[in-house]
Amino acid sequence: MGGWIKRHKWVVPYALLAPGMLWLIVFYLYPSIQMFIASFWSGTLETGFTFSLSNWTNYPDALSASSAQFIRSILYAAAATLLTFLIAYPLAYTIAFKGGRYKALLLFLVVAPFFTSFLLRTISWKLILSDNGIILGPLKAVGILPPEFRLLAEPIAVVSGITYNFLPFMTLPIYVAVEKIDHRLVEAAKDLYAGPWRPGGAIAGLLVGGVLGGVLGYIFEYPVPIWAASWAIAGAIIGWAFISESFTRVTFPLSLPGVFAGSLLTFIPAIGDYVNAEYLGNPTTSMIGNVIQNKFLVQNDYPAASALSFILLAGILIAVAIYARALGTENLTTGHG
Amino acid sequence: MTTAESSSQPGALRRTVRRFDGSALYIFTALAVVYLLLPVFVIILFSFNDPAGKTNTTWQGFTLKYWMDPLGVPGIANAIFLSLVIAFISTIVATALGTLIALALVRYEFRLSGATNALIFIPMATPEIVLGASLLTMFVSIGGAPFFPLSAFTILIAHIMFNISYVVVTVRARLTGFPRHLEEAAMDLGANEWLTFWKVTFPLILPGIVAAGLLAFSLSIDDFVITNFTAGKTQTFPMFIYAKNRIGIPVQVNVIGTIIFLIAVGTVGVTTLARIRADARARS
Repeated sequence: MGGWIKRHKWVVPYALLAPGMLWLIVFYLYPSIQMFIASFWSGTLETGFTFSLSNWTNYPDALSASSAQFIRSILYAAAATLLTFLIAYPLAYTIAFKGGRYKALLLFLVVAPFFTSFLLRTISWKLILSDNGIILGPLKAVGILPPEFRLLAEPIAVVSGITYNFLPFMTLPIYVAVEKIDHRLVEAAKDLYAGPWRPGGAIAGLLVGGVLGGVLGYIFEYPVPIWAASWAIAGAIIGWAFISESFTRVTFPLSLPGVFAGSLLTFIPAIGDYVNAEYLGNPTTSMIGNVIQNKFLVQNDYPAASALSFILLAGILIAVAIYARALGTENLTTGHG
Repeated sequence: MTTAESSSQPGALRRTVRRFDGSALYIFTALAVVYLLLPVFVIILFSFNDPAGKTNTTWQGFTLKYWMDPLGVPGIANAIFLSLVIAFISTIVATALGTLIALALVRYEFRLSGATNALIFIPMATPEIVLGASLLTMFVSIGGAPFFPLSAFTILIAHIMFNISYVVVTVRARLTGFPRHLEEAAMDLGANEWLTFWKVTFPLILPGIVAAGLLAFSLSIDDFVITNFTAGKTQTFPMFIYAKNRIGIPVQVNVIGTIIFLIAVGTVGVTTLARIRADARARS
């Protein structure tokens, strides 16, 4: 036996791979193909399904019936990815550069929400955002907000739920990338007279803030000019006060692999999510996940649901492939650049 | 930066700004941590609530009675037990299969390694809803035992499937940068490959395997989306919560959620402390 293996060394890796890869082929690859086949089905669960290539119309039919949810999913997932980035970057930066001996504790606090159930967390978030909950209740009591103001069931509630639930996915990769940056590079930049970036930071902040605020206002279905203006002002202040040349020239470029990995880790679960939209939204904020879930598990409309799932899968894999080509696959699969 | 600069008048202003820069980041971090932990706090708080009706959504009064009777809802004990069993089995199987794949990928050069990497990575890039939906489609199209009707067995298949990739990535991270000269030394001292693996390689990668196992366990026990597609009428703990949400979540769910949180925090705390101690011992 031992002698045979020595003479046929090439079989060893395949023998190690075989059981696990077989599992993935039978229970990932084959089901994906089966789902593609099912998207060409017609019929119902009761009468049985029949395959025909002429059922390609399932695709345009399903797409046109749920284009609103598809677009909403992309917009909500993009908004949530952007918001997680805006929260996670300063958070990860502070932990990595200024955490000192509290680094491990702070990282632990970042992942602590994952130790409770995803569903319970989302339900808990619903209590927090509710009309007279711990945020809106006090603000209404002192008269800052009118009594009819609400967050729950609005687009902002769904996006904030997704942002909350996937924030650690953004924070950890950025932390890893920032933590690896050699401090001496930042010091060297400062020695070479890299100082505060003014007025460039303020102008950049104004423009970026204005665009992001406008886009978010549009996605949340709030007045766009007000959102654009207030975000532009906030962006200008942050850009003026906090953005230095050593940050724009050294720290930020070196942390980009973490930002890319974090965006992917946030955007992918966000675009397929249906729990946040179901618990925190209303029927006009439902996402493509809600449609797929409903068609599969309630209506048993497997052909249309399979077509939608396949479009979602293909779209994401194409996006990831473009991403991977731009960054190199090693970055994505191993998490370090 | 220089002392001459900070003693002058604009230097004082700059120092104030710099101090504001620093403290602003700390304040932001504190707020972010509050934001992250607020829902966890609410979950724990409402495990002590004494709601008037079926819905545990507004604070009514403090009680310990649900902590005294955490399993006092029909079905909750079975759901927790099933979640534990599935998490346990799927962790063991996925950790074993994933570790073997990681060993093959790091240790050997072979023709299909590119395809293997792709097949490991693509399931992680697939949204959970598509993973669940495609398995459901396959189970339905097979239409017979043991895959249909859906059962704990089909949930287990799904959990092993999505855990394998995470195990491979975690163990591989530990294997790259592995001190190969230790193995060579063992071989030079006369150990055969089998003995070298168990006496040298395995103990060194064991922390990576344990980390992968813990990750797999936590992913499995909290999985809702994929389980929702592969469970049928079978109820794991997350499925129990989902079903109960329509009529009102019993307080016991918060109690169990809090207990799971405390166990997870305890596990991480103990392993971190053990690692810090081991590091300190290695340094002294």
